[in-house]
Amino acid sequence: MEPAGTTELTRKWKKIKKAWYKFSRNPLSIVGSITVLVVIFLAIFAPFVAPYPEHAGSFVNFSEASKPPSLRNPFGNDTIGRDILSRVFFGFRFSLIMGLVVLLIAVPPGVTLGLLAGYMQGTWIDKIIMRITDIFVSVPALVLAIAVCSVLTPSVFNAMMAVTLMWWPWYCRMVYGVASSLKNEFFVQSAEVTGAGKLYIIFREILPNCYGPIFTKISLDMGWVILIGSSLSFVGLGAQPPTPDLGTMVADGAKYIPDQWWISVFPAFAIMFVVLGFNLLGDGIRDMLAVEEV
Amino acid sequence: MIFLTEEIVTVKDLKKYFITKQGTVKAVDGVSFSLMKRETLGLVGESGSGKSTVAYVIMGIYPPTAGRILFRGKDISREAGRRPTAMKKEIQIVFQDPGSSLNPRKTIKQILELPLKVHHISTNEGRTEQVLALLEMVALPGDYMYKYPLAIGGGERQMVAIARALATNPSFVVLDEPTSALDVSVQAKIINLLIQLQQEFNLTYLFITHDLSLMRNVASRVAIMYLGKICEVAPTVEFFQNPLHPYTKMLLSSIPVISKEEEKFKPKKIVSRGEIPSPVNVPPGCSFHLRCPEKREICSQVDPTMVEAHEGHLVRCHMLPEA
Amino acid sequence: MAARLLEIRDLHVGFDVYGGTLKVLNGVNLTMEEGEKVGLVGETGCGKTTTAKSTLSILPMPPARIFKGEIFFNGEDILKMGQREIRMVQAQGISMIFQDPTAALNPVFTIGEQLMDAIKYSSFRDRVSKKERRERALQALRDVALPDTERILENYPIQLSGGMRQRICIAMALATESQLLIADEPTTSLDVTIQDQVLRLLGALVKEKETSTILITHSLGIVREWTERVYVMYAGAMVETASTEELFSRPLHPYTKGLMKAVPKLTGEGIAEGVSGRIPDYLRPPTGCRFHPRCPHRMSTCEAERPPFFTEGGDHQVACFLYKG
Repeated sequence: MEPAGTTELTRKWKKIKKAWYKFSRNPLSIVGSITVLVVIFLAIFAPFVAPYPEHAGSFVNFSEASKPPSLRNPFGNDTIGRDILSRVFFGFRFSLIMGLVVLLIAVPPGVTLGLLAGYMQGTWIDKIIMRITDIFVSVPALVLAIAVCSVLTPSVFNAMMAVTLMWWPWYCRMVYGVASSLKNEFFVQSAEVTGAGKLYIIFREILPNCYGPIFTKISLDMGWVILIGSSLSFVGLGAQPPTPDLGTMVADGAKYIPDQWWISVFPAFAIMFVVLGFNLLGDGIRDMLAVEEV
Repeated sequence: MIFLTEEIVTVKDLKKYFITKQGTVKAVDGVSFSLMKRETLGLVGESGSGKSTVAYVIMGIYPPTAGRILFRGKDISREAGRRPTAMKKEIQIVFQDPGSSLNPRKTIKQILELPLKVHHISTNEGRTEQVLALLEMVALPGDYMYKYPLAIGGGERQMVAIARALATNPSFVVLDEPTSALDVSVQAKIINLLIQLQQEFNLTYLFITHDLSLMRNVASRVAIMYLGKICEVAPTVEFFQNPLHPYTKMLLSSIPVISKEEEKFKPKKIVSRGEIPSPVNVPPGCSFHLRCPEKREICSQVDPTMVEAHEGHLVRCHMLPEA
Repeated sequence: MAARLLEIRDLHVGFDVYGGTLKVLNGVNLTMEEGEKVGLVGETGCGKTTTAKSTLSILPMPPARIFKGEIFFNGEDILKMGQREIRMVQAQGISMIFQDPTAALNPVFTIGEQLMDAIKYSSFRDRVSKKERRERALQALRDVALPDTERILENYPIQLSGGMRQRICIAMALATESQLLIADEPTTSLDVTIQDQVLRLLGALVKEKETSTILITHSLGIVREWTERVYVMYAGAMVETASTEELFSRPLHPYTKGLMKAVPKLTGEGIAEGVSGRIPDYLRPPTGCRFHPRCPHRMSTCEAERPPFFTEGGDHQVACFLYKG
């Protein structure tokens, strides 16, 4: 029994506490969330926490070129004398922005189309939407991105657009699966029988039951998008020099392995760090959003 | 002003077939009955009998394949989407599984508000009051409003489902196995609540269950279904004291009871044989003949028609030629 | 004197959840001799399945915790056994039929594969040849009166009806030739006419194989028709036990009486209110007798102390202070 005088705020606080309990069952989820928070912090405050913020732009100092890791430059310097640690911090910015933009643009239409097709399963709406989805799904994202960037000018923007184009169908499919199975549940039929409109049912009855898979996928996708973005930069089709992008940095140092190994290895580890963080976070989100019986 | 003989719902020769890869499933194959105001018609059957499908077609979840459904004289034989909204206020349903009939992602308040919103029953401000009134009607505490369905017990969820069904002040409620998933003591509470609400609000019930003992205590008339057709209909007392159809007798004799009086009351033990056939493969002639202990040759060839054995007591069986 | 087949003594089991520990089993006591057919009746959440799973050592150990108590099987405490010995017990000592036959059968393996696997693992150390396993599987299917046994071995569970699947689960449980069978709500998901058939069959089989059986159910009617002795369980403890005939003609515990009143009957008037209130919150269970908040006859001592079993003639025992002395 709730004591009298419980306010909206108390209820919300209780919900948050319970969500945190579910999230933190697995210690790795906490590791993941700390990792992601660190990356976000470094990305946002890069100009202030990086030891050599000016190295992120056009900066050249051949006297310090290719210096191995030291106390002054924990990650060493690259071939034109820039501090790799600072550039990694700034590199996080581009990775995160890429992930955010792609997902912000790809997820809403993907989810909406999936809901529509799933709820209207069997009708022509379903068939059209899913056939279009099938077409997009059959093209590998990376390959299309490379093609787009080769035809147009290589840039971060074009790379993001290409990846976004390839990303929305996966959300559509996933939500389609959940929505089409939910549409026969009693609570949906109850709403229909009461007279609720189709839009209400799709967005207020079915969609909330899709949050779990959607947000988990978003978190895991951050890792994927960052990887793909880095891969594009690695082949020269994403961020262009002197932009400090993690993929580009790995590419730049590739020819100097194994002698000046630090030029590639630290940025590569940075990519791994970010992706792993989002993956672990994704597990935690899945646990947190799972609906369970008391 | 109670019109005792007002017919609320009439179902005429209702059929619902589903086309599947395995063949045509004749879920409901020619069902007819009427419900008078304030009565409770019990629909009994085992799996494959089609009793739930009858409910769903009446509610408009499926369109009928053939036959007609009349509500207060108006023909409503189509899907819910094509029925007037005002009609949806009048006919409501309580589903079988309380776990999935309430959206696990919505609070009880949001669940109970939906019918109020759809039918503009109260304004934004009045809705909270309304929800509290509904909870009180089913004897649940007011602070349940903010809980989620999975945080409360199965019996309580079912009470919320009942409150939701009554939110629009319907005249006819379909109850599809409302207590099958619940324990006996919880079931008793819910049944008593349903009976009380029926009297208070002059409701007409179509009560569907597989539990004959429960049916006896709830229904004023009982109809038993097998493989999509009604085998026997009779007023409750008559149904239990004088069952005529062999399937009815088989079912009654298989019920596990807990007292000696009931043992004596049950018809002589008929050991049930065989499995219930699939509705895709309905046996020819009388659909029950493969399991019937009293079968004759005609039973495997000709499907019997409904015959009135006594007043108000109809049976579909070749064994009873007296009309 | 030979040891009893099964003796559960003062078993306390809990589950760790958000907000604390659910103290589900609160001192369960149960005894059983060889060859008996015992019923365990109680409503959802009373702990009957937890008791069964503890006996079979299949409780997931976090979040479950065994606080105290002993489970003696043939004189040895299962709770103190090592992994190897537990597996012996699971293979040859005790077998279980679960509530939902669809969930208990793996949908991607044929019936034959699952049956033969069960036979292989229960034989434990003795190697049984594939041919002999198949023979025993076919025999098990015949024992449960399934027709067309050769074909069924090749079928997948989805191709069979609910009644047939449950019979196969029974066949699997009995093919292992265990001493004790625990059947957890074996007919709940079946139609009444099929339920009747399956229970008859089970009765005939346990008699023939001399298997001792615990039938767990929430249906008083089934208990009355099928068992020789009954335990009534509420909120993690046994509240009453007697021979079946005695229990139904003279129920003593207020909970048992309330349950019997709540069952809809074919004769007599209406459905009584049954038992008021709800089952307790296991996070903060009531002190003393866990039933006292709902009991129409509660006294002051009921809240303070937990009632032990009091004997009311023969083997009829009630855990209620109304029957003290």
